[in-house]
Amino acid sequence: MPTGDVAVAVEGLTYSYPGHLPVLHEINLRVTKGEMFGIIGPNGAGKSTLCKALNGLVPHFYGGTYGGSVTVAGLDTMRQTVAELSLKVGLVFQEPTNQFSGVSARVDEEVAFGMSMMGFQRDEMLDRIRESLKQVGLEGLEDRSPFELSGGQQQRLAIATILAVRPEIIVMDEPTAQLDPVGKTEVLETMRALNREGYTIIVAEHEIEELATFADRIIALNEGRIVSVGSTRDVLTEVDELKKIGVDPPSVTELSHLISEGAKLSSDQYPITLDGAIGLYRKLVRGGRVQ
Amino acid sequence: MTLIDVKDVWFSYNNKNMALNGVSLMIESGETIALIGQNGGGKTTLAKHFNGLLRPTRGQVLVRGSDTTEVPANKLALTVGYVFQNPSHQIFSSKVWDEVAFGPKNAGLKPEEIEERTEAAIAAVGLKGFEQTHPYDLDYGKMKLLTIASIISIRPEVYCLDEPTTGQDHQGRRRVAELMRSLNNAGATVIAITHDMRFVAEVAERVILLAGGKIVADGETRQIFEKTNILEGAQIRPPQITQLARALTDCGVPPNLMTVREMATSISTMIRR
Repeated sequence: MPTGDVAVAVEGLTYSYPGHLPVLHEINLRVTKGEMFGIIGPNGAGKSTLCKALNGLVPHFYGGTYGGSVTVAGLDTMRQTVAELSLKVGLVFQEPTNQFSGVSARVDEEVAFGMSMMGFQRDEMLDRIRESLKQVGLEGLEDRSPFELSGGQQQRLAIATILAVRPEIIVMDEPTAQLDPVGKTEVLETMRALNREGYTIIVAEHEIEELATFADRIIALNEGRIVSVGSTRDVLTEVDELKKIGVDPPSVTELSHLISEGAKLSSDQYPITLDGAIGLYRKLVRGGRVQ
Repeated sequence: MTLIDVKDVWFSYNNKNMALNGVSLMIESGETIALIGQNGGGKTTLAKHFNGLLRPTRGQVLVRGSDTTEVPANKLALTVGYVFQNPSHQIFSSKVWDEVAFGPKNAGLKPEEIEERTEAAIAAVGLKGFEQTHPYDLDYGKMKLLTIASIISIRPEVYCLDEPTTGQDHQGRRRVAELMRSLNNAGATVIAITHDMRFVAEVAERVILLAGGKIVADGETRQIFEKTNILEGAQIRPPQITQLARALTDCGVPPNLMTVREMATSISTMIRR
């Protein structure tokens, strides 16, 4: 179990959208400040709903039936408005253009838009625009139209609009799903950099091989329930469990599982990254037993 | 006769910049092809030439010997089916059944034939039971399968799928891969535009890599994945297994392995020795 300051505490969360069966059942979860936390699972597992529960959109915007509690940055989401919560926790959507106001002709105006809704002073806004565009590597593109940007740039702009508010926690719901490989890399690198700066990041993601290289811990969901939660390596080396819910572990991990008998590998020796795999298999094929 | 013959095709959307700069290639019946390359490289522009959605600015595209500029688009669509990347660009009916029945209806087939094809296509993609559902009530993965079903019912010789796995979860990707294999086993030619190299390794025998509106590599998938410099130049990373194989060549692992199973076999024999 992680120690340190709690960024997010979800206790016994059960939720159903109005008129539907529950999509989350008895979810218990703690995320520590500064963690990079991954959410994996097939479509329909409840990943998006969990993300929306973290910034209060569930249940404030969607209604429905809600049980249990969610505490984010010390705030009980049930007792706060979405606007109050948005100062502490930002949510990035899958489709960046869904996040844009649609009224800004320039990148810097788009970043200003969210802040102006919150009543910031002009000088303060200018500082924050500069800083947040720098954090996502979009400095120099201030006067471009948001709709002229590449997919990866658009998603980084969406992240900048959230950073400008200076939240403690950033939640991202499949932020790379619609991007090409260059865009995916840009957004993943941005995530990594923000995490190094100290932001707590919670991300729902299908790119498991990437997640394996930088997530501290992972939760695997299926049909609204927790299948597995723990360190990235503990969760990703449960090959059969992941395959059962339709999630492919990293290829190199699957490979270890396939040859585990002949190679006398136990699951705690399975590599989860390419670098880890190169080291392990090098030893194996050179004839040495793995210690 | 060559199925699709692309002869020195140049194309511009705006008469200023060229999106295709002299592309030539031939596609034979029964091939499985992945069109890869970064966005803006010309993949979709090229694929839209295969069924006359776009016509060359210069050069010529022949489908079964007929010039696409001389065949009406609705007739070409019977030979080359095109599945758009974004399902909402394609879906317009309010019921799954009607969406799938539209193609054969439009082709002027008899009612019994329309019914038979619609039923078969819906079954082929696993959407039985959803016939009366509104397409927008389906989840993204099923919506994508619906767009494929609405082409299957036309029974074209060629399927062009634009990013069939984008936005899909792993199960969705697997389902599309199986579907492509079964269409190909039934004799169809399958062309997929994709960024997903694991998917390419699983389904495509041939890879065509486009960059800057030109073909920079065209060949057997395994051979293309060996062209390290060309791939790096196009910012493409081969599947994780191929990267691993490459890093282990000095230990005697063949550098061109593509799938987990191939690598498992290779490593197992080496350990036993």
